[in-house]
Amino acid sequence: MIQYKTIALIITTGILAVLPQFLNPYWVDVLNNIGIYAILGLSLNIIVGHTGLFNLGHASFFAVGAYTAAILNTQYEIPVLWLIPVCGLSAGLFALIVARPIIHLRGDYLCIVTIGVNEIVRIALINNVFGLTGGSNGIFGIDRPNVFGMTLRTPMEFYYLILAFGAVTIFLFRQLEYSRFGRALNYLREDETAAQGSGINTAHYKLAAFVVGAVWAGMVGNIYAAKMTIISPESFTFWESVIIFVIVILGGSGSIPGVILGAVLVVGLPELFRDLANARMLVFGAAMVGMMIFRTQGLLPQRPRKYTLPQGRRNGEGGE
Amino acid sequence: MKLLSVSRLTKSFGGLTAVNSVSFDVQPDTVVGLIGPNGAGKTTVFNLITGIYRADQGEILFKDQSIVNFPTHRIISQGIARTFQTIRLFQNLSALENVLAGCHSQMKSGVLGSLFHTPRQRREEKMALEEAMEALAFVGLDSNALQMARNLSYGKQRLLEIARALATKPSLIILDEPAGGMNEHETWQLVALIGKMKERGITVLLIEHDMSLVMRVCENIVVLEYGSKIAEGPPQEIKTDPRVIQAYLGVEEDD
Amino acid sequence: MEQFLQQLTNGLAVGSIYALIALGYTMVYGVLKLINFAHSELVTLGAYLGLTLLTSLALADRLGPLLGVLLLAVMVMGLIAVVGAMLDRVAYRPLRQSPRLSAVVSALGASIFLQNTIMLIYGARYLNYPHDILPKMTIHMVGIDVPLVRILILCVSILMMGGLFFFIQKTKVGTAIRAAAIDQGAAKLVGIDVNRVVLLVFLVGPALGGAAGLMLGLYYGQINFAMGWSYGLKAFTAAILGGIGNIPGAMLGGLLLGVVEAMGATYISFAWKDAIAFLVLILILIVRPTGLLGERVAEKV
Repeated sequence: MIQYKTIALIITTGILAVLPQFLNPYWVDVLNNIGIYAILGLSLNIIVGHTGLFNLGHASFFAVGAYTAAILNTQYEIPVLWLIPVCGLSAGLFALIVARPIIHLRGDYLCIVTIGVNEIVRIALINNVFGLTGGSNGIFGIDRPNVFGMTLRTPMEFYYLILAFGAVTIFLFRQLEYSRFGRALNYLREDETAAQGSGINTAHYKLAAFVVGAVWAGMVGNIYAAKMTIISPESFTFWESVIIFVIVILGGSGSIPGVILGAVLVVGLPELFRDLANARMLVFGAAMVGMMIFRTQGLLPQRPRKYTLPQGRRNGEGGE
Repeated sequence: MKLLSVSRLTKSFGGLTAVNSVSFDVQPDTVVGLIGPNGAGKTTVFNLITGIYRADQGEILFKDQSIVNFPTHRIISQGIARTFQTIRLFQNLSALENVLAGCHSQMKSGVLGSLFHTPRQRREEKMALEEAMEALAFVGLDSNALQMARNLSYGKQRLLEIARALATKPSLIILDEPAGGMNEHETWQLVALIGKMKERGITVLLIEHDMSLVMRVCENIVVLEYGSKIAEGPPQEIKTDPRVIQAYLGVEEDD
Repeated sequence: MEQFLQQLTNGLAVGSIYALIALGYTMVYGVLKLINFAHSELVTLGAYLGLTLLTSLALADRLGPLLGVLLLAVMVMGLIAVVGAMLDRVAYRPLRQSPRLSAVVSALGASIFLQNTIMLIYGARYLNYPHDILPKMTIHMVGIDVPLVRILILCVSILMMGGLFFFIQKTKVGTAIRAAAIDQGAAKLVGIDVNRVVLLVFLVGPALGGAAGLMLGLYYGQINFAMGWSYGLKAFTAAILGGIGNIPGAMLGGLLLGVVEAMGATYISFAWKDAIAFLVLILILIVRPTGLLGERVAEKV
């Protein structure tokens, strides 16, 4: 018995696999950007969508990952892709250190602090902190990624790397949703006191959400650095954090398809309507206000989880 | 051995002393009631026991171990579970998922297990589902497992909260006005349920305003008024205690 | 020593402007428990509208600098007050009953919308205020030559804050605002029209913010569509420093932050000036979230 969902998944995968063959490199690169923002959105989704924490400084985790890759690659010539776990780890550690003292703060205050952290990181990068970050010019000369001896250079080659990473991310995050960890995050979002009263260590899970989201953002930072070969503090401003945040909120908090749709709309639409691009932020702003008034849960909201009940308990009368 | 021992428990909010040097014990395998007029501090005592408020003074011993000022989740894992006076269910989740929240503290899978669905994690999930269904069946809600909590009737929501609490495998369950909003039939179902819990070896401590329920179900009753304990004893004694009557009904005016 | 005093007066002047902006944040937060992210854009708008009106109406030329600036200030404050009230109507009023996150997102959205509108209308480059309006002379006091402008700014700000303080503490309407900030439900029960209170808060706060924007334009001579962002965050820090929702606190916080920032820029590092403000913010929230003068709020479970 094959379900519709599986068929849809197979068709989508098929289309995605061959799509770049039919598009010119410019549009493939647009797809690459959508992919990167989608993965960033998914990582923020863990923090904002599932746990309900207002993180408006996610770009700082992205930055830590990107700069880790850039510094270690340009200084020590370590191949970029090998650094992916290191980037994730460094971003995760950063998140742990930063979030630990602030995790108990109430919603809006936490929001402000994340903005502050984002700014401090950006200023630190511009000021060439530790002499490593290259100041406002950033770091250049990052190597291209090398997969099984093949160096990735063209947008199409990057497309498959990003697609693969994206697919793995979606798979793992979906597993996370259907697990004790994923449920705990949702309980904590819905009613923190009730979650505590049910025995959940809410402080621990809030911190864990930050770290998991940061680790993923850090890993994407690596791929971003390798793709651009030059990174600078301008790519990691508060407005970047806002874009990622909008992707999650507009698309659908807590929903993987929603976030992906969000990325497609937020990154893709301005490309389709080039004239719109100048007023892009204007439309963003208006869309944010509008969405909150008319459809808070986003375009594709989170769906309830499905469970198969254990045998013989379907209606309490022992089988039927 | 006393299961729960509360001594000289005190809590003030600003200028108001909500709980004033309250002491009482709960023996294992009993049903104890905490009663008193509104504002007597009953829910505050519960909140102190379960770590939602920090005590200003006093001691709370559970199974001879001090739990005063432990964080809530640690108290739960020691074996105390609770329901809330205002129902605090996860309204947008199914009944089953609500109960699974209770199962959380009995499970071990962390981030890695959850990401990769290891065999151990999958076994644990399966067991948790079974335990959750069992808790639902215990309170009679197994046919409502997949319904969203907010779609359940008020009485059923109260039962669901109890099921969630039971899923934490407690030795002591604290019920805060479990019969609130229940009709006569539901209340008698609750009485039967409390009896079943006692049979299972779970000690019950409850706050209730429904006196017939309290008198019928409790073996020992503690009475609070304005934050202080004014009486303690079996139902028959409490029923006729003049201080208790005065607290609920007021003093007769002498003309 | 001379530099210290110079920076002290500079810090106080800038700090008083922070205080004016901070009042807008703190009043809105006090009554609605909402962080009005768009407030910083109202400050920017004040600066831009000020420039537009100043040059197009040639106020300084026609009426002389003092009267011209005065009239300009009144006009700017009035206009920004109206924009502020509209902002509430469109972006916040529909969300009164919604969860906090919605209002925060809407506030952000409004902020982005306003900032980009300003950019589209006025362009992205820096614009200059006329240089010859404000007096250039210095006054010799406490052993140094202090620019008159600084004193003026400080005095004007303190005057406005004093006016607000009097309004809040001594008038009936002010008391209504304070009541609504403490407990909206209770305020309604004693007959206070909370909607009117909210309207007032969204008129007065933005008016002060607009005035602050005008002052920033006159003092620094240059304005930019993104200027609100930095001043806004610092003013918000000041509001939190003094205790969010606490009006005297916002005044105190603003002055304090101005001085700390000026000292930090001079004696520690200019490049990290902005980071210092954010660091102060984070530290306050960790160590003493209720601020210097704030009140503790108990939660009932």
